[in-house]
Amino acid sequence: MTPPDLTAKLHINTELARAVLKTFLRDEIRKVGIEHAVLGLSGGIDSALACYLVAQAIGAHNVYAVRMPYRTSSPDSLDHAQLIIDTLGLHSETVDITDMVDPLIARTPDITPLRKGNLMARARMIVLYDRSAAHQALVVGTSNKTELLLGYGTLFGDMASALNPIGDLYKTQVRQLAQALEVPRPIVDKPPSADLWIGQTDEDEMGLTYADVDQLLYLLVDERYSPEEAIEAGFDRVYVERVWKLIRTMQFKRRGPLIAKLSKRTVGIDFLYLRDWGY
Amino acid sequence: MKITVGLAQISPKLADVRSNCETHMMFVDRAAREKVDLLVFPELSLTGYMLQDAMAHTARKAVPSDPLMHSMLEASQRLDLVVGFAEVDERGRYFTSGAYLSRGQIAHLHRKVYLPTYGMFDEGRFFDSGDSIRAFDTRFGRMAILICEDFWHLSPPYLAWLDGADVLLLTSASPGRGISDDDRLGSARFVETINKSYAAIFGNYVIHSNRVGFEDGQNFWGGSTIFNPDGELVVQAPYFEEALTVAEIDLAQIRRSRARTPLLRDERPELTLRELRRITGEK
Repeated sequence: MTPPDLTAKLHINTELARAVLKTFLRDEIRKVGIEHAVLGLSGGIDSALACYLVAQAIGAHNVYAVRMPYRTSSPDSLDHAQLIIDTLGLHSETVDITDMVDPLIARTPDITPLRKGNLMARARMIVLYDRSAAHQALVVGTSNKTELLLGYGTLFGDMASALNPIGDLYKTQVRQLAQALEVPRPIVDKPPSADLWIGQTDEDEMGLTYADVDQLLYLLVDERYSPEEAIEAGFDRVYVERVWKLIRTMQFKRRGPLIAKLSKRTVGIDFLYLRDWGY
Repeated sequence: MKITVGLAQISPKLADVRSNCETHMMFVDRAAREKVDLLVFPELSLTGYMLQDAMAHTARKAVPSDPLMHSMLEASQRLDLVVGFAEVDERGRYFTSGAYLSRGQIAHLHRKVYLPTYGMFDEGRFFDSGDSIRAFDTRFGRMAILICEDFWHLSPPYLAWLDGADVLLLTSASPGRGISDDDRLGSARFVETINKSYAAIFGNYVIHSNRVGFEDGQNFWGGSTIFNPDGELVVQAPYFEEALTVAEIDLAQIRRSRARTPLLRDERPELTLRELRRITGEK
């Protein structure tokens, strides 16, 4: 049995998505009394799209883009990030994180590539949050829905942000919207990569393709199919079970820390206010 | 009779009654300049929508002595108003309420009956539900107020119609959701479809005021509408933007539409009641 083709279901009206996301960024940034945004520009499609959206929302002159290469980062990544900076006319800065990360790596002889990747992601978060304070700018997140669901991101690293315009768009939808916004072709077309080590691609590392997994996630999450129903619809059992397990085991990355309840009223449990309440 | 209706599509500030009161006054001023007779604000327009625990500091009593209500009643000397707010009653119960204010009086108070408590909604956790659907008389004829989920259910508009409402005043804080390749969000498409249908089925004017803005990242889509008794769109406010949208409606159109399609005349509420009794098991 072959899986159903759900490409059309994932297709979005890009003009509508752009309108909502632009207003979202403008509203939620200015509500706080802030005019600026800062984001890490990796050279990949997610941060490129986030950059285009935020520049359209609050004006390119209010956006600080930070390139944060590590010594093994691909030169293409840096060039692609620069292409976006030049195209949009953003404030920009390059902070090489090698000197932040390498001393800790040097003290940790048994460190794995994954742990090194996490160190880099968290070093970048440190830089962004410092620039956030320096420029009075909110950190704009660049994790997409596929990554959030599969837990393909570093907790308190690249997953840390004040607000995220693309967190409800699957990777294939990110690509669609990026094309519509005329993000430069080389950035849209290249294989997605976290660029944490030389030659890394997301799809090789995860052992799946975004085109396939987005369709399965759409059924399991948006359409509320049970894993059994997804299998009945034509998806491979082993594949469905693997993806479902990832969704479940990565839930911790989508939630704040647990707090032990002791009192009559506890932050996060029954002390309930929206973040917007503060402004 | 022809009247001028204004749709006050605002972006209320969460739990900031003073700021929202100022916004209301600004819209009242603008509407008065445009000779509006009836100005309709969205659900919870004075308080904001997802109040959660902030409800305790924000809710007001629906009495003329309350300073907020007093300001609104003053404004209603200039034109009739529908406003939305979190209401607390004398026994400490909270309601999502909508009030029709006219010439300094609270002409009608509707407490939201259906509180969505599923998916992204959590209203039943914080609010008590109202227990009546009533039409009421205004100087422009008989109307009814229904709040958001109230008109996602079929029965409240039907009851209001049978109770004599010729104009349905629908207010909402409808979060936008359901993106697809359509040029509207799923929630907008649904609401516009049912409102158009109510207008055509009842031979009523259906006036819908929906808010805009964001609360913790969730958008409210606006797109407020008026449909005439033939189910035709009279006017629509923009999506996602604050706007005062004004249109004249001809209440005589109700009679003309019903003459052509006399669904109200031929409606058989006693049959409905008999079948409802059977269905609910009442002897």
